[in-house]
Amino acid sequence: MEITLNINGTEKKLNVEPRTLLVQAIRDAGLTGTHIGCDSSSCGVCTVVLDGKTAVKSCTMFAVQAEGHSITTIEGLAQGDKLHPLQQAFHDQHGLQCGYCTPGMIMAAYVLLQHNPNPSEEEIRFGLSGNLCRCTGYQNIVKAVQQAAQMLQQPTGAAADD
Amino acid sequence: MSVQTPNLEPKGIQGLGKPIKRKEDARFIVGKGTYLDDINLPGMLYMALVHSPYAHAKILNIDASEALKIPGVKAVITAKDLAAAGLSWIPTLAGDKQMVLADGKVLYQYQEVAAVFAETRQAAADGAAAVQVEYEPLPVVVDPYKATDPDAPVLREDIKDKMEGAHGPRRHHNHIWNWSVGSKEETEKALAQSEVRIKQHMVYPRSHPAPLEPCGCIGDMNKATGRLTVYMTTQAPHAIRTVLSLVTGIPENNIRVISPDIGGGFGNKVPVYPGYVCAIVGSIVLGAPVKWVETRTENLTTTGFARDFHMDIEIGATKDGKVTAMKVYTLADHGAFDAAADPSKYPAGLFSICTGSYDFQKAYAEVDAVYTNKAPGGVAYRCSFRVTEASYLIERSMDVLAHELKMDPAELRLKNFIRPEQFPYPSALGWTYDSGDYEKTLKVALERIGYYELRKEQAEKRARGELMGIGISTFTEIVGAGPSKDFDILGIKMFDGAEIRVHPSGSAIVRAGTRHQGQGHETTWAQIVSEELGLDVDKIIVEEGDTDTAPYGLGTYASRSTPTAGGAMALAARRIREKAKKIAAHLLEVSENDVEWVDKKFVVKGVPSKSVTMNEVAFAAYTNPPPGLEPGLETTYYYDPPNLTFPHGAYVCVVDIDKGTGEVKVRRFVAIDDCGTIINPMIVEGQVHGGLTEGFAIAFMQEIAFDEQGNHLASNFTDYLLPTALETPRWETGHTVTPSPHHPLGAKGVGESPTVGSPAAFVNAVVDALAHLGVRHIDMPITREKVWRILRQSGIDSF
Amino acid sequence: MIPAAFEYKRPMSLEEAIDHLAKHGYDARVLAGGQSLIPAMRYRLAQPGVLVDINKLPNLSYLSEEGGMLRIGALVRDTDVEFNKDIQHRYHLISDVSMVVADPIVRYRGTVVGSLCHNDPSGDWAAAAIAARAQMVIKGKNGTRVEPIDQFLVDSFATSLGEGELAVEVRFPTPNALTSGAYEKIERKVGDYATAAAAVQLELNPDGTIKEAGIGITAVAHMPLRVVEGENLLRGQKPSMELIRAAAEEARKIADPTPDARGSAEYKKDMARVLVGRGLLKALNRLGVAVA
Ligand SMILES: Cc1cc2nc3c(=O)[nH]c(=O)nc-3n(C[C@H](O)[C@H](O)[C@H](O)COP(=O)(O)OP(=O)(O)OC[C@H]3O[C@@H](n4cnc5c(N)ncnc54)[C@H](O)[C@@H]3O)c2cc1C
Ligand code: FES
Ligand code: FES
Repeated sequence: MEITLNINGTEKKLNVEPRTLLVQAIRDAGLTGTHIGCDSSSCGVCTVVLDGKTAVKSCTMFAVQAEGHSITTIEGLAQGDKLHPLQQAFHDQHGLQCGYCTPGMIMAAYVLLQHNPNPSEEEIRFGLSGNLCRCTGYQNIVKAVQQAAQMLQQPTGAAADD
Repeated sequence: MSVQTPNLEPKGIQGLGKPIKRKEDARFIVGKGTYLDDINLPGMLYMALVHSPYAHAKILNIDASEALKIPGVKAVITAKDLAAAGLSWIPTLAGDKQMVLADGKVLYQYQEVAAVFAETRQAAADGAAAVQVEYEPLPVVVDPYKATDPDAPVLREDIKDKMEGAHGPRRHHNHIWNWSVGSKEETEKALAQSEVRIKQHMVYPRSHPAPLEPCGCIGDMNKATGRLTVYMTTQAPHAIRTVLSLVTGIPENNIRVISPDIGGGFGNKVPVYPGYVCAIVGSIVLGAPVKWVETRTENLTTTGFARDFHMDIEIGATKDGKVTAMKVYTLADHGAFDAAADPSKYPAGLFSICTGSYDFQKAYAEVDAVYTNKAPGGVAYRCSFRVTEASYLIERSMDVLAHELKMDPAELRLKNFIRPEQFPYPSALGWTYDSGDYEKTLKVALERIGYYELRKEQAEKRARGELMGIGISTFTEIVGAGPSKDFDILGIKMFDGAEIRVHPSGSAIVRAGTRHQGQGHETTWAQIVSEELGLDVDKIIVEEGDTDTAPYGLGTYASRSTPTAGGAMALAARRIREKAKKIAAHLLEVSENDVEWVDKKFVVKGVPSKSVTMNEVAFAAYTNPPPGLEPGLETTYYYDPPNLTFPHGAYVCVVDIDKGTGEVKVRRFVAIDDCGTIINPMIVEGQVHGGLTEGFAIAFMQEIAFDEQGNHLASNFTDYLLPTALETPRWETGHTVTPSPHHPLGAKGVGESPTVGSPAAFVNAVVDALAHLGVRHIDMPITREKVWRILRQSGIDSF
Repeated sequence: MIPAAFEYKRPMSLEEAIDHLAKHGYDARVLAGGQSLIPAMRYRLAQPGVLVDINKLPNLSYLSEEGGMLRIGALVRDTDVEFNKDIQHRYHLISDVSMVVADPIVRYRGTVVGSLCHNDPSGDWAAAAIAARAQMVIKGKNGTRVEPIDQFLVDSFATSLGEGELAVEVRFPTPNALTSGAYEKIERKVGDYATAAAAVQLELNPDGTIKEAGIGITAVAHMPLRVVEGENLLRGQKPSMELIRAAAEEARKIADPTPDARGSAEYKKDMARVLVGRGLLKALNRLGVAVA
């Protein structure tokens, strides 16, 4: 069946089966930044943002269900050449190693900061606990989210030091 | 830091010791990495596998007719079809052989039975579900201790009468090899004479590396050129190319292995798996590229497991706590095929590092390996070939001894450390430790955590009935395999290569035979070259993973990249510098002897104002080379390390125990590592965080368990438990620096120390919390229930 | 893994949804948050022929108080509850549960009603619904029924929902100032189902004695259970450590868990006791009652 998905502000016409998972449809549309890591909805590497403010594990939603929603993936975060503060902060704080969890982790953090712009370390650990990372031990991811929170709160001024 | 000017590129000459941000991040943070599943080729087919529901069964019939009726399904292959190509069995890295698809019978649950090729992923999956296989279940062997019972079922019909294996005699149809080192007689004598002796049995449970990206491969046979291109999630692309050539008969020059970005490896992506072979055969047979990407279940149930060492140790000591001798017996459960990824001469890997950081005069270690109805493997999971098991064994045992002697575990360790002046230290089991300062590292850790105050707090709490524990691990690693006189895999020596090409404008491309999976080589290799050549780090591009372009090397695992390829990189750069010096002399119009390398410039001796930079030299190498000198500025260096390196560390952990549920809370964890010279402290710290987290997971959560029928009990992430940010403790890290005397940079490698060293610290802490109740040992993973059982048996209860 | 093929229906009205369900009978499944159904379909443990996606149905996303009840529509997500300040302040039990069901991302999609319809033997919402004495609102061809939760939850993965029926709402009684509750769950990690968990709800009389008690336990039997004897012991009594111990012991007695990787039966039974005890202490603490 033919569906239209709004991904990162662009309408994409896709041919899918009802059973096509959203993550597969996104990847088949050429946006391979969203990854797949499990079959049990456990790892969160497929996390994307739905309608700007909720996160979803895109392996746990059918592509047809996403019609009429806007989807934001890691590829849609930067504004032109300007990285989103989360992307900048993950780089600055060494919040990634192999990078496989990173897109999902950043999208989860994006939504977390929408609901809680100034989270404590504990709240960040809690909020990101639907996303696994095998490489970093999470510590620098937490620091990255803290830096991004600061940057977002001072959109024009200086943000956190390393 | 300014928000408006995102700064992705570090600038200038950035050599050793600088925490520069990673170059590879640029693509990953915007979702532009290229992992295996991101690669799609025109006309590509998809493969799905059929797996056995039984752990041991005869295959009576395979009926693919329903599968072949599904639209889009192109072919189904079984062992019979592979046999026609001579590929139904392949050699393993350990000198055994393994089935690609089940040949007559299955030997473990989820074993690959058939491969289905189709035009879409969906059709492939539907096809696999439609293949009908008839089985006749056979009795299973799950417990390695029962594997060699006289009446144990025969697992390997193919070798049941072969009493000589790749590593010597076999004494039972399920026995693989026996390996020992040290003098048994002398050790037993020394033990008999010891004033104090402890004995302990402990199990290092089966585990799985479980990188977040599963394994996968695209086989692409171009019939027109005869060239096979294989995209594969592999940590060792060159070794894979050689193995593929050996098993398929395709000349090695006609095989190109490309290892794209890898989403974590941890040893899981070293071996050759049946799925890879099937995808390649599929491509050869069907004439189209074939992609296979594992499901998580396939990853956890069929690809390389780690550990599964069942160990018995005996240690002798004097009454005042000086260790005298150690004797170890281990039963290693290798599953259905011996596919351990160890250097060929070392079937039990580097397990003989089990004397650890202590000055044992006598030692003996013996390992028996057996077959069971479990998946093959025995990979070095964030570990240098069984060092993890060895480290855990000795560090856990030192606490058992301290308990027996009623001695503080820190004091016992301080009393027995190999002293700095003893290096290079020949160990009782045959290694020569390069360098170390164990006492210093432990003292830094004790100071940092406030050890003696914590002991006071513990005493007070105990008096009030509260449970807290402190655990120490002062491990020594052995990494960087290895010197070619001892180390090879299937005959290929374990050196590593590096290539540097400096371009006329002063930029460079460097390549290595290693393949990073998050370790940051694109940054650290550039830093080494920047340090050695004085080039801007952002003008050095690092490339790994394509066998057509990279120099030969055995890959990235076992913390070997820095000790081997890092050394190669430094020496390649120095070779470039030697030549550059000649060009500099020419430019400075002095003799070569009058030129020296100072502050990353060539300077005329005694005339600091007269100098040329490497940029100027590079330009001249192509535009104005000295007469008689070969133009250009490129080189390749193969580094054969003279010895292994021996990183060490001191870890201290504090835990609190919930008396109601048995839950263990890690309150603090201090990790002081000594990995010699540090190339990039930010990256090293990141490696330590990650490794500690995996050590924590092994101590408390991760286990590949089986029931009595051989059913796999951890086939997905709801059962194989990986910690999230919430469970993971906050790590406190630090360093001492004792350079390796023989490594060109003094570096030792760090990626695995924390996984090797930390499990014992966690377990020691929990046992310490319960020691006054008579507890001496608890096997990993330490679940709440294990602790709860001890509490209730001791009459401790609480809400 | 890839689910088996199915027919997809996206009704735009309740009537249409019920028509689909009635027509296809047990071959049809409601798709709500999909957080239980889709993973089961990926493993092909569930292979429904028809999926009736209710996510586009109008007027099922309400979360409102009416007639002494908190009404949670069938499309209210766990996070709608989790982030709701009013619920955090007044519905302590519900708020506790909303923070420990599944994981934070799954909670953006998973629905409270869907979880109750799924009736997993380890479901968290069911235990809370039992303790708080919730009611389910069910619609079908023959109209609307309101059913107490105890009647709705029938067996492991089974409810009283008949062919062609849809659950549209769950109702939780609004707690008064003398009512509080708590949810105590132990799980091996975030995203794991409970090893054992206990939901408790207590209403006090002005004199400090217990007027009404609700105790639900989960993951310790074939389905979530009400600890009836424990509730009976508490009712009318003044809170004391001894009383709490006795009530908690009742949970241990009726728990009949299946041993698995999360623990032996013995362990889970004891955890049912410990967690009920802790829940009661926490609920009392939230009511300002310290128990010696
Ligand atoms: C990683 C992970 C961890 C989880 N951990 C937990 C946990 O710890 N505790 C826990 O309780 N749950 C857990 N869950 C399950 C999760 O909470 C689900 O969201 C919930 O069980 C089902 O809600 P849903 O809306 O997603 O339902 P769906 O998956 O859409 O449906 C579940 C079942 O209920 C039926 N159904 C749904 N809504 C209705 C309706 N309105 N009328 C009739 N039938 C309906 C469906 O047909 C289906 O059979 C976990 C899920 C995941 C993926
Ligand atoms: S792929 Fe693992 S949660 Fe989606
Ligand atoms: S960076 Fe590798 S999984 Fe997170």
